[in-house]
Amino acid sequence: MAAEDNVREDRANEAQGAGPDKPGRNARRQDVTAPALGFTGMIRWAWTQLTTMRTALFLLMLLAVAAVPGSLFPQRAANDAAVTAYLENNPTAGEWLDRFQMFDVYSSIWFSAVYLLLFISLIGCILPRTKKHAQAMRTPPPRTPARLSRLPEHGTLRLGAAGGGGHDDGGAPSSYEARNSAMRRAAAVLKKRGYRVQERPAGEGGAVASVGAERGYLREVGNLVFHISLVGILASVAVGGAFGYNGQRILVEEESFVNTMVSYDSFSSGTAFTPELLHPFSVVLDDFEVTYDRDTTSSFGQQIDFEASVTTREPGEAPQEQTLKVNHPLRIGGASVYLVGNGYAPVVTVRDGNGDVAFRGPMPAVPQDSVFTSLMVLKVPDAQPEQLGFVGLFLPTAGEANGVGISLDPSPALPQLQLNSYTGDLGLDDGTPQNVYVLDTDEMTELNSRNLDAGGLVINPGETVDLPAGKGSISFDGLQRFAGLDIQYDPSKAPVLVFATLALGGLAVSLFTPRRRVWVKVSDAEDDEAAGPTMEYGLLARGEDPRLSHEATEIRRQLSAAAAEHRPGTPGEDQE
Amino acid sequence: MLPVINEELGAYSDMFMLLAAFAYAVALIVFAWDLAKSNSTIRAIEEDVLRTEAKEFATVGAPDSNPYASTGGAQPPRQLVDDSMDYTAASGTRGIARIAVVLTWLAAVVHTAAVVTRALAAGRVPWGNMYEFLSTGALLVAIVYLLVLLKKDLRFMGVFVTLLVTVMLCAATMGFPTPVGHLVPALQSYWLIIHVSIAVLSSALFTITFVASVMQLMQHRRQAKLEAGGRDIMPFLRLVPSAGALENLAYRINAVAFVTWTFTVMAGAIWAEAAWGRYWGWDPKEVWSFVIWVVYAGYLHARATRGWTGVRSAWLSIVGYACLIFNFTVVNVYFDGLHSYAGV
Repeated sequence: MAAEDNVREDRANEAQGAGPDKPGRNARRQDVTAPALGFTGMIRWAWTQLTTMRTALFLLMLLAVAAVPGSLFPQRAANDAAVTAYLENNPTAGEWLDRFQMFDVYSSIWFSAVYLLLFISLIGCILPRTKKHAQAMRTPPPRTPARLSRLPEHGTLRLGAAGGGGHDDGGAPSSYEARNSAMRRAAAVLKKRGYRVQERPAGEGGAVASVGAERGYLREVGNLVFHISLVGILASVAVGGAFGYNGQRILVEEESFVNTMVSYDSFSSGTAFTPELLHPFSVVLDDFEVTYDRDTTSSFGQQIDFEASVTTREPGEAPQEQTLKVNHPLRIGGASVYLVGNGYAPVVTVRDGNGDVAFRGPMPAVPQDSVFTSLMVLKVPDAQPEQLGFVGLFLPTAGEANGVGISLDPSPALPQLQLNSYTGDLGLDDGTPQNVYVLDTDEMTELNSRNLDAGGLVINPGETVDLPAGKGSISFDGLQRFAGLDIQYDPSKAPVLVFATLALGGLAVSLFTPRRRVWVKVSDAEDDEAAGPTMEYGLLARGEDPRLSHEATEIRRQLSAAAAEHRPGTPGEDQE
Repeated sequence: MLPVINEELGAYSDMFMLLAAFAYAVALIVFAWDLAKSNSTIRAIEEDVLRTEAKEFATVGAPDSNPYASTGGAQPPRQLVDDSMDYTAASGTRGIARIAVVLTWLAAVVHTAAVVTRALAAGRVPWGNMYEFLSTGALLVAIVYLLVLLKKDLRFMGVFVTLLVTVMLCAATMGFPTPVGHLVPALQSYWLIIHVSIAVLSSALFTITFVASVMQLMQHRRQAKLEAGGRDIMPFLRLVPSAGALENLAYRINAVAFVTWTFTVMAGAIWAEAAWGRYWGWDPKEVWSFVIWVVYAGYLHARATRGWTGVRSAWLSIVGYACLIFNFTVVNVYFDGLHSYAGV
């Protein structure tokens, strides 16, 4: 946090008559670092060190550096699979990196240590400053400096013959009442310009009447709001995140999803999560539409738009038809549903060796590239007498290159299934969890493949192909699309947004509100008493203020205009 | 609904972009010529003044009051630019600099045409990929600079600004050439207009403060050397305000840019929430935006810390800009993250 502009502060002290070597921050620290501190002394010393600007600056820089590794190495929180792959490819380095939490940077001990220290330092800075500013807001502007001419902006106005209330005769020294009323007019001018003013009238026979004025108290308020909001963001993330959950689900057209734990393909949650937090809404995917780029040659055929028509239902309410698009999530019962992917789900029927239907329905295929060449894996555990498995490709627009089937376009112009088939044990019976998209062929015999006489299975829509040796058949009945959904619940969102907005507002106020002090003094000119009273003014900025000289000009103009109004006859004339 | 792509207009835009890059390059050469020439012209004028004044003073007998008498001697040479960076009566004498400014305006007009035709050809805002981000960003740098130039005499920055703009345009047209096209669905959001335009603006402002900070360091070195009684190592810096004035300039613009960058990150977080389901996920792009934010926060704090003003804070400003460039180039191209589609 900004220890106010040191140089200017010194100059203000100097102008007010205090020496520049008044004990300041550095001097105080020297006192504290003196030996023989004892335990409480040590604590105090550590606290003082932690809350210095220098430490805060160092911790800020450290935070920037500490954040970098998270962009160099894959992170478990964002992409667990990438971390596993990295560890497989770099076993030795990977193990050491993992030991230093390089794959969990933002929850690591060292990263947490840096930001927690920074926030403790921040709080240690906010508290005393809040107290100090609360006092400053009740304190009148500082006393009038002895020599206004030492301030960065200053000037003198001759108030002319009748500088007072107009009843003085020209050419005579002004009365103290006249000086006071001139001072009050100056105070009124400053007040109108948004300054907090304190009038300091001359006593009976007193030579000097003055005004002390200050504005820009909001600068420090903004600064404090900004820093407090940062603490608020951190607290919201810590508390809100613990109650949140997120999960993924692939939903084929006409399928429905109910928000319960068992409906998710994958699911993760915060530490304070309980299943009661799952709001029991449901989503039915009615239709999924895709628009392809047919305008440009460079990205011809790419998906440029897709949208899901869904029917949502909350308990006790009528169903609602809605559109789900990228960038336009559904908001239901505090949770949000996002469209994160899409693909094809060929509808197939598998008959087993006994001629019974062992599987019928859509099976989502995982898109591998921009033309939606999709990986298809089908496990048929119900097939009798032996289980069946299929693995291969779904091609939306089938073509051929070098004897290999490829997809020519992502749109379903010429859909085709190209599969290998297996028979045997799928390995599902022992209860070990398996990846749905990986077929374990260890205990299986190949029935169809390019390497066998039987060849691979090539199936067009509406066709049924028999498997060799009477093991059964497979038909390609139709094609549906699926949508990849991401369901999120994060109660920290709202408070983080509020605090972030406050932080932005506070920041702008603290950087662009000028904090200025103005003093105006009315006294008789030293060189020529007969000339009547003169008005001296001086301005001081606290912090960066490129507009101070402009403010000085404006104040001068208004002060002389106010003086001229009270000087009958002669038009306002001023001089430096 | 989705806009129609006009590839022919896109081709015109590419041509305008090359023309603009060429015009900036010419302006850069003229700016450099001005710096080199101003220096020698001014010396010639000074020497002339010296000679005539010496003659006059010889007859009057008051050589002490000669303001130029000590040039090149014990006293450091006078700065030729006011620290307020206002135009003065003498400003107009730099004819070559005037030509350079006119050329920059011309380049900016062609550049604007290039960006506008690009936007029309794509039927959307012209910042959907790296080529567009760079070319629009460069235009903003040029326009911010030219607008400030209307009020303040920042012509001393001309060489560096036109150099950066030329480099940005060359990088865009050669490094990341992208034909005009549709936006991928993730970018189809009004947040693209808000988030990216503010990001481009912030980057343009940081570019200008980067230039100011680099010049501040050069001027600082020169001033230190002169105070120590050394030779004037970079005489063209007499056309540049003092290190302190440059520091204040950089600080003021950095303060604005820090606020806009804060907004960029916030708007990005709001958009990320709508697009990806989380407002912050430490994606490489997010990490580096955060690093940039922290570095410039450090810069603002350094300005209020004893012993960190001046040279050190200037270095922080430069490091922040380096992070910005890194974030735009290396992170976009080589790091695998959710923002990668915004790349090439």
